[in-house]
Amino acid sequence: MTTATDIAEAQLKMPVRRDPGVERRLLHRTLKPLIGTPVNAVITLVCLWVMWLGLKGAYGWLVTRAVTEGGAQACKVGQGACWPYYEAKLRFMIFGVYPYDEHWRVALAMALFLGAIAISMIPRFWSGKLLVLWAFIIVATGVLISGGVFGLSYVPTTQWSGLPLSFLLSAVGLALGFPLGVVLALARSSKLPAIRVIAIVFIEVIRGVPLISILFMASVMLPLFMPSGVTVDKLLRAQIAIIIFAAAYIAEAVRGGLQAIPRGQHEAASAMGLHYWQSMRFVVLPQALKVAIPPLVNISIGFFQDTTLVTIIGLLDFLSTVRTAMTDPNWVGIAVLEGYVFAAVVFLVFSYGMGAYSRFLERRMRLGYD
Amino acid sequence: MRADSMSGTSLLYNLRFRAILYQVLAVGSIVLLGLYLFSNVSQKLAEQNIATGFDYLSREAGFVISQTMIDYKPTDTYARAILAGIVNTVWVSAWSVVLASILGLVVGIARLSSNPLLSLLAFLYVEALRNVPLLLYLFLWYALIVTGLPAVREAWEVLPHVFVSNSGLTVPSLIWTRAHTVIFAALVLGGVLAVAVHRRMTAERIRTGKARTTWPWVAFALLIPPVLAFLILQPEFTVSLPEKGRFRLTGGSQLTPEFTALLVGLALSASAGIAEIVRSGILSVRKGQWEASRALGLRDGLTMRLVVLPQALRVIIPPLTSSYLSLFKNSSLAIAIGYPDLVMVSNTTMNQTGQAIEGIAIFMLVYLGLSIAISLFMNWYNSRVALKER
Repeated sequence: MTTATDIAEAQLKMPVRRDPGVERRLLHRTLKPLIGTPVNAVITLVCLWVMWLGLKGAYGWLVTRAVTEGGAQACKVGQGACWPYYEAKLRFMIFGVYPYDEHWRVALAMALFLGAIAISMIPRFWSGKLLVLWAFIIVATGVLISGGVFGLSYVPTTQWSGLPLSFLLSAVGLALGFPLGVVLALARSSKLPAIRVIAIVFIEVIRGVPLISILFMASVMLPLFMPSGVTVDKLLRAQIAIIIFAAAYIAEAVRGGLQAIPRGQHEAASAMGLHYWQSMRFVVLPQALKVAIPPLVNISIGFFQDTTLVTIIGLLDFLSTVRTAMTDPNWVGIAVLEGYVFAAVVFLVFSYGMGAYSRFLERRMRLGYD
Repeated sequence: MRADSMSGTSLLYNLRFRAILYQVLAVGSIVLLGLYLFSNVSQKLAEQNIATGFDYLSREAGFVISQTMIDYKPTDTYARAILAGIVNTVWVSAWSVVLASILGLVVGIARLSSNPLLSLLAFLYVEALRNVPLLLYLFLWYALIVTGLPAVREAWEVLPHVFVSNSGLTVPSLIWTRAHTVIFAALVLGGVLAVAVHRRMTAERIRTGKARTTWPWVAFALLIPPVLAFLILQPEFTVSLPEKGRFRLTGGSQLTPEFTALLVGLALSASAGIAEIVRSGILSVRKGQWEASRALGLRDGLTMRLVVLPQALRVIIPPLTSSYLSLFKNSSLAIAIGYPDLVMVSNTTMNQTGQAIEGIAIFMLVYLGLSIAISLFMNWYNSRVALKER
């Protein structure tokens, strides 16, 4: 079979004819888009100027004008980045109000979690064993963060905060939203009218309103819906809202995947004597979910960013702890930019990483490795 | 006995019976859940002595909304306050959509430029905006405006009579009278006329095959109504110019920091998404289309307008719809920086009246209704540009 890589390899093996003009032509090829026409030359100059300004500003702020020593007073006078602020506040920005002496527990939990994510991202490891790994990770992180057993002190959910909380909200939201979303997608493409209508109404209502309204609903209305005497933890309420929100969006991505599967697959499965659930489980869903992976990864990126909205209903997620750090009486009004830049870089690294992974998956799928 | 169990099993294996059974079970469990929640709610509300119903809408609101597009004062009703919130939401979303579309188009085309530096800059722009949460940017823009800009007394005059300070952007404004509204309406009428004339003449050209210059007629149709209205009404164009006083700026109209931060935040973040949509739309038009239309002798601008864009639009419109919709929904983040949009006004209302269910129901319904309206409009537009297959 001829694949793109085979062709590329064949081209590499072809004899290269040495040509004296080759270097000149290379120079010509690189320079032509830059200064080929007067308009292009002007664009190049403007771009260079913009880049120069950007780099000069960033370098000046981060290095030459930066305040590296002293406390809040030095930073108040200085014009650049305030490194002492990071030194003083880094742990608070990341871990929030989680008990200071127990930070190693959340740090370890986060390391386990990120490690498991990294392993799950490698296609070679895609098998049932991953589920076992994740079961272990869930138990381990739960024990580490919550405590109360093995001599670890108990930490109530009101003290769960910072970056670990953001990871927790988005990971649990996606993990539980996924099965719900698949069920909703199947329901929406069902032949039974009542079930289809229920699914359509649920999905479209959730997708038609902002996440904030669902978070508000969960934080204000959910307690009213519970029987007397039952109280639901604030964190759990936000988590439920995020799961429901995620499910509606995941359902649409999965439905896109389902629609990409030709009817012949359904018919062939029926002809083999498989009933509805068997044909979905063994024939249709495995193909549909594979098609839906890139949009699902994009949804995940969006959700990781959207968890910042829990700030508005008063949970201490990462963005919230970064903002709280700024209001420390010693530092108030001094390190606003520092805090936001730090938060932005963290989000940028994780989101860009996930986006790059999504593009990798898409390319892999196009080349037909699966 | 045996026959009974046989018929029982066969009933269970009867596809139609099972279909009905599943649906009855699904609907039944949802109804039961609803009843259960409803009984809980009514019990709780009775316990906590919270009123129900929408009577509160006609009571006096009593709170101040810092900026409104319609007349509102604290003695107005809650209904009026919520309406002011809705108008504010629509106002900021509409301006953001316009800004985001223009920026997105420019950046999307820049991303495809053959100039590697320009395309790199566009790439950095898109990635920086897409990979950082909108809420963070809103906080950042707001903080930069409020703490980074000088106080009103030392406001920067960036352009003549355009001032930037930590209380927002102050720009010259026209003192708007009824005559201006009439002229504006006449201009809209002229626009409609111009489109009609253009269509008519294009149809004529296609029918007869004779090329005629259309643009003077179109311009004529566009300009006649407003010029006539202007000559009849003779309005005064008084421009209120902001001037720097000793302590504050007088005159002109002011965009508050909340509005500016929200507008900039929404527009920038949506423009990154739109840029990607525009790029993939243009890329989806094959190179052969460019070559074929060049072979027909069309210039680059005409090729873009007549051949490439109509085909690219088909790919662009559906995702563009969802990015407009999410911009509209994201405008609800206004509450984080204190722009009085629908959510913020509803929130104040809920805090004052204690009627959370009604308050949330109203704003969810409004968002849902407006979202459906936007998607209906975009679907209608999409069906116009979609490939006409026979």
